Amino acid sequence: MPRKLPPKDVVIIGLGWTGSILGYELAKAGLDVVAIERGPWRDTATDFPPGYSQDELRYAVRLDLFLRPDQETLTFRNNMNQTALPIRNFVSFLPGNGVGGAGVHWNGQTWRFLPTDFRLRTHLEQRYGKDALPADMTIQDWPLSYDEIEPFYDRFEKLCGTSGKAGNIKGVKQSGGNPFEGWRSSEYPTPPLKQGLGATLFAEAARKTGHTPFPQPASNMSEAYTNPLGMKLGQCTYCGFCERFGCGNYSKASPQTCVLPALLRFPNFTAQTESEVTRINLDSTGKRATGVTYVDTSGEEWEQPANIVLVCAYALFNVRLMLLSGIGKPYDAQTGQGVVGRNYAYQTTSSVAVILKDKILNPFIATGAHGMIVDDYNGDNFDHAGLGFVGGGYMGMGQTNGRPISTRPVPSGTPKWGARWKKATSETYNRAMSLSTHASSYSYKDCYLDLDPSYRDRLGRPLMRMTFDFHENELKMSAFLTERLAEIAKALDPVELTKNPRKGPYTLNAYQTTHNTGGTVMGGDPANSVLNRYCQSWDVHNVFIPGGASVFPQNHGYNPTDTVGALAYWTADAIKDRYLRNPGPLM
Amino acid sequence: MKPAAATPSRRVLLTSATAFLFSGTAVARARILNGGMPWEAGTATPPVPVRPGPWMFFTSDEAALIEAAVDRLIPADERGPGGKEAGCAVFIDRQLAGPYGGAAGLYMRPPFMPGASTQGYQSPDTPAARYRQGLKALAGYVRSAFSGKSFSNLDTAQQDEVLTGLESGSIALKDTKGADFFALLLQNTQEGFFADPIYGGNRDMAGWKLVGFPGARYDYRDWVGRHNEVYPLPPVSIMGRAEWTAKE
Repeated sequence: MPRKLPPKDVVIIGLGWTGSILGYELAKAGLDVVAIERGPWRDTATDFPPGYSQDELRYAVRLDLFLRPDQETLTFRNNMNQTALPIRNFVSFLPGNGVGGAGVHWNGQTWRFLPTDFRLRTHLEQRYGKDALPADMTIQDWPLSYDEIEPFYDRFEKLCGTSGKAGNIKGVKQSGGNPFEGWRSSEYPTPPLKQGLGATLFAEAARKTGHTPFPQPASNMSEAYTNPLGMKLGQCTYCGFCERFGCGNYSKASPQTCVLPALLRFPNFTAQTESEVTRINLDSTGKRATGVTYVDTSGEEWEQPANIVLVCAYALFNVRLMLLSGIGKPYDAQTGQGVVGRNYAYQTTSSVAVILKDKILNPFIATGAHGMIVDDYNGDNFDHAGLGFVGGGYMGMGQTNGRPISTRPVPSGTPKWGARWKKATSETYNRAMSLSTHASSYSYKDCYLDLDPSYRDRLGRPLMRMTFDFHENELKMSAFLTERLAEIAKALDPVELTKNPRKGPYTLNAYQTTHNTGGTVMGGDPANSVLNRYCQSWDVHNVFIPGGASVFPQNHGYNPTDTVGALAYWTADAIKDRYLRNPGPLM
Repeated sequence: MKPAAATPSRRVLLTSATAFLFSGTAVARARILNGGMPWEAGTATPPVPVRPGPWMFFTSDEAALIEAAVDRLIPADERGPGGKEAGCAVFIDRQLAGPYGGAAGLYMRPPFMPGASTQGYQSPDTPAARYRQGLKALAGYVRSAFSGKSFSNLDTAQQDEVLTGLESGSIALKDTKGADFFALLLQNTQEGFFADPIYGGNRDMAGWKLVGFPGARYDYRDWVGRHNEVYPLPPVSIMGRAEWTAKE
């Protein structure tokens, strides 16, 4: 029997971006809040000091800050005819671990989705006809509009101090920004970061080829910034140890730099680390959660009763916790019935590698999210008629590092070792760069998450099983985007250009992105969603998944964090302003 | 045991420390944080520098083979030292003797089954076990193919021939996939050549000097806008620069 603890108003499962934001908003509203985090406590001064943060082997290769698969992993297969096998080491995507979650080691790319992304199916069917979409594509409209979420994007960007240049303020186009973006209520909190030579050359080439490049929105500080919580962030030093690393300069927005010091001042907030929630407990009706059960490091089980349960783990693990807790009907891919695990999606990335003549690019002078971007081929920013696919993505030059264990390109045809490899490595390092595309991944009937029938975790619970492959629509899109990017890259007059469009099948063997989405989708209809428009469970009204990317109905052509943060604030307001007054289903 | 509740007062007293929650006879371990940001001396985890000295994982025969191999994978030339002088064998030795060698943190539960190539690595063997087995098989192959010689006694052309055959899979090793073992060896050799010198390889920052990487520097604000200029400062390690540290 688990030991029972005194009840709390709110229990938060996982203390990353969404857990920190909800914790702050609800503690500020006077509620008694406990956040239970399975990983360790982490903060800048102790865990990311600039004396040894810049260690490529430890953090980027041995993945020191990430989740260890022996604590939790998934099984994977490309299709329903295969036997899923466990992901024994994470490579293709890297879930976070510990306080701050993936918010510690993200790059800082801070993108909003397009207004049309929020009514995707309706928009595409209106513009191209119902027959334009593949029969097994299960994309759906979001249950809220861009206009509704805009103030919450604005709030999260101000929390982060995001740097950038607006392209559209209240409907008025702004030169220098993204001409395709949805309207913004205000300019970015801080001006754009400085650009290196590679991004500058890319922007020139993009302009020459008729595109409109603009600086990538980045939650890496271009200048010192104080956020609305009073947290002070320092100017980014372009150290080139950003993604996969904690920032030792307080320059990258993270729960550590933006929320936690303010949150921990509330006497009615407690964080408890190294404690893994194993299930959400339901009362005898199954319609109300009574709290959670967790295990501590000694293996002892504890029950934490609470009036509200907020599921704030990484997207994939939100889905698993719902499946293990029996909340919502599990998705059955054979029948298409059920919702939990449905509409798992990813991201479709590709690249064009170029080697320039006589240039000194200094790729090590870098930050996670600077760079120059072209958005002409994202979402439905371009006419898809006759192209044979829907969706799109942004493309550009965003060199994030020159760390040489991983980043040391050589011309094609170079041997992988020996004297010729050494010579080529030496001669190419400073004049090569990789341009990339970052594109949508729409959802399909046969891409989903469920519980694995064979493999179990260290506590004896079934692992979650991922069934996923790229579909023809995404592969055609990637080929198209990669060609457009190569056209821009040719204007750089490279001595070598290599196109790497995304090709199937999806493989675990190379890093792509940690943008795993869907599985606990928010929507307007309980038949095709787990959560209503306030990220509240349709079935158990005091369980919310406040904005983790598991709530995305499909994935769009942008990085997910800005939308995750915006939905966290959106849900926090719904709980404070509506749910607390009248606990029950919000609609 | 009675289902008693843990006392909240006890938890507050133990703010920001690893707390022991007492409940009946049970002792729970978890860290409780409340009332402000914690700071405790001695909780940071800096890397432990590798020191020269006896092999920690390799036998002397294995070490001789590895040192010869890393020196062909990264040969010495006018651009700088090779893999052996740069410490790549020491790096691999210390990595295999540590958590990496034991596959620490990886999901190692059975059943192990060969999967599709898209499903990632599926062997029950740790990196340490793969080296032990791969080196034994490689030494055996060289003995029989080169009339009893060891790899380190072959001339460099013969060594390259063996490594090329391993890489392409044209050389079959006993109980070992030669190409997989080669890929692991190459990966670890290059890690050693380009990782911070604190881990035993990249001696005198040879790998970083080869490409012009400034190492563990942490501030380029004055240089980000200076395009097409060679960065002027030499590389530094987490431990500083060689001339800053006491000579052994």
